[in-house]
Amino acid sequence: MNADVLIVRTGAANLASVVAAFERLGRSVKITDNAFAVRKAKRVVLPGVGAFAPVAKRLGENGLGEAIRFRVEEDLPTLAICLGLHLLAAGSEEGEEADGLGLLEVVASRYPKSVVVPQLGWNTVEVDEECRLLQEGAAYFANSYRFTDRPPGWQVAWSDHGGPFVAAVERGNVLGCQFHPELSGSWGERLVERWLQCEGGVTC
Amino acid sequence: MLMRRVIPCLDVHAGRVVKGIQFQALRDAGDPVELANIYAQQGADELVLLDVSATPEGREHALTTVQAVRRRLPIPLTVGGGVRKLGDAKALLEAGADKVAVNTAAVSRPELLGEMASEFGGQCTVLALDAARVGDSWRVVVRSGQDRLDLDVVEWAGAAVEAGAGEILLTSWDRDGTGSGYDLELLEAVCGAVGVPVIASGGAETAEHMAQALLAGADAVLAASILHDGLTTVSAIKRRLASLGMEVRL
Repeated sequence: MNADVLIVRTGAANLASVVAAFERLGRSVKITDNAFAVRKAKRVVLPGVGAFAPVAKRLGENGLGEAIRFRVEEDLPTLAICLGLHLLAAGSEEGEEADGLGLLEVVASRYPKSVVVPQLGWNTVEVDEECRLLQEGAAYFANSYRFTDRPPGWQVAWSDHGGPFVAAVERGNVLGCQFHPELSGSWGERLVERWLQCEGGVTC
Repeated sequence: MLMRRVIPCLDVHAGRVVKGIQFQALRDAGDPVELANIYAQQGADELVLLDVSATPEGREHALTTVQAVRRRLPIPLTVGGGVRKLGDAKALLEAGADKVAVNTAAVSRPELLGEMASEFGGQCTVLALDAARVGDSWRVVVRSGQDRLDLDVVEWAGAAVEAGAGEILLTSWDRDGTGSGYDLELLEAVCGAVGVPVIASGGAETAEHMAQALLAGADAVLAASILHDGLTTVSAIKRRLASLGMEVRL
């Protein structure tokens, strides 16, 4: 319970990479599917690799979705990665039979056929002036779906793959990344370190 | 804009990096954890680790190696070699791989690609495809080169993507280890047939070879011996690619 970072067990395939990234930064990590622990934890990571609908359904059934909603609404330090970011949205064309948490008023859609899909590799990131955690640089992406619109009320970082798309969002202590900070080299490590400086209840 | 990738490849046997020409005559080339981190610091965009041992003991060793590499590596890691079933892929992902490459098992049972894609996502599911030129076309090679199949490479690439593969690691059997450059016609044929990223492998000796592969349609280039031998570095390759007009992360 007293780990520095609590990682939600979403069935994400590359959990080991996320765990290793925090351990390299000297932080202790625990993996959980306990909704109460997720509500109470100092810092929570919502990772995600896989398909939208089954994970969204599972989060809805086991109370984890409500715990994540509570954290984001209360501005508690929370980091959502890739599919984890999509779970915060209203939904995704990847699995229209399930709803997201609706915390971001956008829907994820597939990249156009004019570009290689999935997007696998490093893409340049540009940030809104208001961003505090996010900085410009290059990040590693592995995705087929993305947001093309700015979610209202959030600061946004942008990339381009067949047109502009949302590379990441931030609001207070909540950070949502389409890219994988855990795989984005030293640039990703510095971003995670800035997020780790966020204190619950106090915007960093 | 999505950048082109330079990917060092570590062939691993019993916890050591090895190298050989056309998968034969293995020689020791160093410690995987150490090499992985040197390449990451040089600006490698990803790393591929192939377990070439193909024995049960080798498998266990490979998982330990993946864990050790993962602990220190802050870039993506693809692992392949001897993946037969969904459980093998799962074990590698749990050990720290971000993507898993399958070769022979996907040819015997293409459904494996679909199972991996629905369980882990298409972006985790890599088809390793070894190709040997026969006249004007290419045939699929499996079991580390022991079998040449009566299966057309371009046809198989399309079918594998249909089945669930999200990326193709395409190795020219004829060029591997020769330093004579990638088989560009092979790359053009496969890249023209599929919409997923293709990693070019086999034959690179210079950054110019790599630029040719990227111009032929590859999204990424794989390199092994030229890096292990210290002939060049990832950073030197990427600087040269940039000067040749390629979009790379510097």
